[in-house]
Amino acid sequence: MAKNMTVKVMSDKSISLALNRIAHEIIEKNKGVDDVVIVGIRTGGAVLADRLKKILDGICDADVSVGIIDITLYRDDIQVKLDQPLVQKTEILFDLVDKVVVLVDDVLYTGRTVRAALDAIVDFGRPRAIQLAILVDRGHRELPIRADYAGKEIPTSKSERVEVHLKEISGKDEVIIDRSGRGGV
Amino acid sequence: MSLKIHHLLGLEGVSADDIRLILDTAVSFKEILARKIPKVPTLRGTTVANLFYEPSTRTRFSFELAEKRLSADTINFTTSGSSVAKGESLKDTVWNIEAMKIDIVVIRHSASGAPHYLATCCKSTVINAGDGAHEHPTQGLLDMYTMREKYGKLQGLKVVIVGDIKHSRVARSNIWGLLTMGAKVAVCGPPTLLPVEMEKFGVEVHDDLDEALRGADIVNILRLQKERQKTGLLPSLREYSRYYGITRDRLDLLNDNFTIMHPGPMNRGVEISSEVAEGPYSVILPQVTNGVAVRMAVLYLLSGGKGKVDEE
Amino acid sequence: MKNDMVLAGGKIVDPATGYFGPATVFISDGKIEKVEKRKKSKIAGGNVIKLDGKIICPGFIDMHVHLREPGDEDEETIISGSEAAAAGGFTSIACMPNTKPPLDDAGAIEYVNNRALLAPVKVYPVGAVTVGQKGDTLTEMMEMSACGAVAFSDDGSGVQNNDMMRRALEYSKTCGVPVISHCEYSDLTASGVMHEGFISSKLGMKGIPAIAEELMVMREIMLASLTGARVHIAHVSTAGSVDLIRKAKKSKVPVTAEVTPHHFSMTDELINSFDTNLKVNPPLRTKNDVDAVIKGLADGAIDCVASDHAPHSIEDKELEFDYAPFGLIGLETALGLVITKLINEKILTWVEVVDRMSAAPARILDIPGGILNEGEPADITVIDPELEWIVNPNDFKSLSRNTPFAGWQLKGKAVMTIVDGNIVYSLI
Repeated sequence: MAKNMTVKVMSDKSISLALNRIAHEIIEKNKGVDDVVIVGIRTGGAVLADRLKKILDGICDADVSVGIIDITLYRDDIQVKLDQPLVQKTEILFDLVDKVVVLVDDVLYTGRTVRAALDAIVDFGRPRAIQLAILVDRGHRELPIRADYAGKEIPTSKSERVEVHLKEISGKDEVIIDRSGRGGV
Repeated sequence: MSLKIHHLLGLEGVSADDIRLILDTAVSFKEILARKIPKVPTLRGTTVANLFYEPSTRTRFSFELAEKRLSADTINFTTSGSSVAKGESLKDTVWNIEAMKIDIVVIRHSASGAPHYLATCCKSTVINAGDGAHEHPTQGLLDMYTMREKYGKLQGLKVVIVGDIKHSRVARSNIWGLLTMGAKVAVCGPPTLLPVEMEKFGVEVHDDLDEALRGADIVNILRLQKERQKTGLLPSLREYSRYYGITRDRLDLLNDNFTIMHPGPMNRGVEISSEVAEGPYSVILPQVTNGVAVRMAVLYLLSGGKGKVDEE
Repeated sequence: MKNDMVLAGGKIVDPATGYFGPATVFISDGKIEKVEKRKKSKIAGGNVIKLDGKIICPGFIDMHVHLREPGDEDEETIISGSEAAAAGGFTSIACMPNTKPPLDDAGAIEYVNNRALLAPVKVYPVGAVTVGQKGDTLTEMMEMSACGAVAFSDDGSGVQNNDMMRRALEYSKTCGVPVISHCEYSDLTASGVMHEGFISSKLGMKGIPAIAEELMVMREIMLASLTGARVHIAHVSTAGSVDLIRKAKKSKVPVTAEVTPHHFSMTDELINSFDTNLKVNPPLRTKNDVDAVIKGLADGAIDCVASDHAPHSIEDKELEFDYAPFGLIGLETALGLVITKLINEKILTWVEVVDRMSAAPARILDIPGGILNEGEPADITVIDPELEWIVNPNDFKSLSRNTPFAGWQLKGKAVMTIVDGNIVYSLI
């Protein structure tokens, strides 16, 4: 892959700023974090959810509940894929009835992942509301879904690939766009 | 991740990677079973036919529940006696059901190899729910799941299977699976209930129960079919119970932190005493719970690849 | 001098003299007129068939086939089975009596004889030992024998009662024909479907133990010794049986034996596939047993090869292994397997093969064949030893398709079958 095919669109600094801004928006919109719980979508969203929790805890001197959701079993393409995706554990060890669930993912693209996550969350109980926080919104929605909190909106073409690297997983924080034509998230 | 196998016909020859994937996946499904709404939409639109040519309640319920927890549609075909007696061949029965568009066939049959035969003559994915005295792979998997849940591993465990090994498909599936996963397996029973050339399976063979139990971690106790006495394989249930029944006293021979298992249904007072069945070391009921999770994992993993690749 | 037919350019096998070399065979009036054992012969004319590279043998005899007529004519008939025999290189066959109804009286023997008048090969009926093959009452052996029954047998299950077998031997002795014994104590094989061993243990299938055969082989040997009557052990399948028969022959007990091609070319391990065409009785045994029957064929403990051709319909075989009937068809694969597995593997010579497949069965049943002498009926099998072919059941003349050998690659095949001077099958 040639070097000029990839462009860094967010640095570690801008990721950190974006998360801080999202945290403040969550507090503002919900008038505090008393009823707020955070659920991250495996795998990137789960990391971001943990970071958001820490920021919210720091600002509000609270202990916001955080969980992880694996949406594999709710995907709409399970029977057409040749390889069955690996099912990982969902960890929601708290009651989310009447809570405001902030669903966290790294990239918002077609909206199908979020659709699956919404179905999964509802199976755990009936939250008062579900809000969506996203680090990067790259457009091309295929479902009527939008983010309540977005770190950055990045217009892309479908042939481009958005890669979110996070310290906890790949050792560094950055968001890059790969224009080599491989497509995907 | 995908299984190398396309049908689950038995555990003989199934790779350690495949077994590990099924057991790992079952961990996630067990979590689902603990949810308020213990159901996921994964297999919506998938139809599973449960063909039970032999009476069964728990295996059939377990499969049906697993299918329903995955949102599959299910149809049940239950008949006692052979298909021959019914006047329609197994092939015709399955072709008829397939004509109604099904995706997966779960079959329990009194003839060894019936699921293997089906797999050669139908398009559906075939899951063996017990064939004759041959294999009962999902039971083997759920037993291994239960062992791994408690010990964290299977490698190096010593498992003794006690009872009517000759007629037991549970024993055979356990043996193949456990050996593949690196456990040590011993079998024990009266010589008339041990198959010939048993040692070629790669297991220790005992006819003395105390000798078999010494130093074991897990005892898997098989149900003794009472008809065995009538067919002359046993002098009496009394003598069987005395020499091969698992009672409290015998447990002292086992390693610390031992486990008692039984695939059910139990004959209390014959192969297992009530005290042992209900002891804190007994995982007989967790086995049943785990059975649903393991069967969900098998159904999930075998249901992929039905259409074209559709990348997101 | 004019001949009806001259077979020129090939090699002949003559088990009587042990000759295996170039020769010309002159045939007239359905008989062998002359055999000239040299490279070139003066041929005065007539129908000369060039057989360069081919091997000319006395016609092969399969002394153990099931023709299913009367009763199961959808599976085989006397005519279709005879056509299969001709295509397999056999000029004579002996058919077993377990038809529906069984061949247990002179009328039934006459029925077979009449039906066989139009058959391309010679069909010799075997009569039942007991009425209805039920094991209770001796059949009218003398009358059946007079009508042409060449042996007696309750093949399919075996005579379970020891006293009945003793009386059968005593009685049959007066007819001068052997009793062919299917050796199987049914109480020891109760509902077994395959050889009892590691594979049956693994597959969880009921086993047929070797001892069920061997115990009865032992009984037949002792009864033959006691009565002086001839016993022929059908389809020997175990190493133990071969040993018993070898020892008995050393002690001059009048016992003979046969082995089938499937028992010397396959083991029970193949049943891992659950292919019901592998379900046969006696069952496929282990490698050790296969080695033993092959050794027995080589050293003479076993006299001959017989196919135990047992046709079954597709619907009968397309079942769960437990429910499918025993039996496989062998007339059209026997010779190919013998050549591929025994000659090409250097276990038997051509002379020995012609003995095991022609001279020996002729001796045992006391019927013509096994010899290429002047004046003998011109029953001749011509073999192309180099012909490589793949078994395709759809090419079979048999009405049934239950062969486990489909797709097998064999080398060596009958390319012409001549019965009483008439070509009944030819690929030339």
